[in-house]
Amino acid sequence: MAMLHLVNKSPYSVRNLETASSIMKDDDSLLLIEDGVFGAVKKGKAASMLSGLKVAVLGPDLAARGITEDKLIDGIEVIDYAGFVDLVAANDKVQSWL
Amino acid sequence: MAEVTKKFMYINRKPPYGTIYAWEALEVVLIGAAFEQDVSVIFMDDGVYQLAKGQDTAGIGMKNFSPTYAALGDFEITKIYVEKESLEERGLSLDDLQHLVWEDEDEDWAEKDSIRLVSRAELADVLADQDVLFNF
Repeated sequence: MAMLHLVNKSPYSVRNLETASSIMKDDDSLLLIEDGVFGAVKKGKAASMLSGLKVAVLGPDLAARGITEDKLIDGIEVIDYAGFVDLVAANDKVQSWL
Repeated sequence: MAEVTKKFMYINRKPPYGTIYAWEALEVVLIGAAFEQDVSVIFMDDGVYQLAKGQDTAGIGMKNFSPTYAALGDFEITKIYVEKESLEERGLSLDDLQHLVWEDEDEDWAEKDSIRLVSRAELADVLADQDVLFNF
């Protein structure tokens, strides 16, 4: 029973990413959207929370915030809105950490 | 009525696009400048992301208001403080931000940097020196 975890807020403002990343099970995936994409930056202090997790990030939200793909943690997948739909369909449930 | 100039400080602590705060702050900053007050602007915490260069909002269907920051100098807003600790925590440096300048009419319109990179301790002194604080 795989779950897709959505985080849409900055890890530097609230602790949603910390909660999501620490509760995830082996088969689960994490998708960072909106202000959540700040968690995907390699040199940021929040980056360590994501090690060992399956993480994707929404490309249009990265571009809006001026974050280029070379700044991201290695192994993070950048997806578009169609990829977002695919991820939702590929998982049994979606949990939005609002 | 006597002309009174006060030190207005606008404190930006939220990233752009996720909420409307950043855009609203920019509107209010420009209004304050029109009233010829002594304006300073701080970008700290997630507010530093407002100045990130290369913002492209085509994919999210929202207006990219980041080019407006480059116009602040033309409104005589020349004191833009960016907190060093906030940048470092987020893996950012000044190179990741827009290069904001103003032209000094007292020095033959010499172009000068608007952004002042300050530590939290230095920011405390700047804050203490203000008359009016606006938070966004």
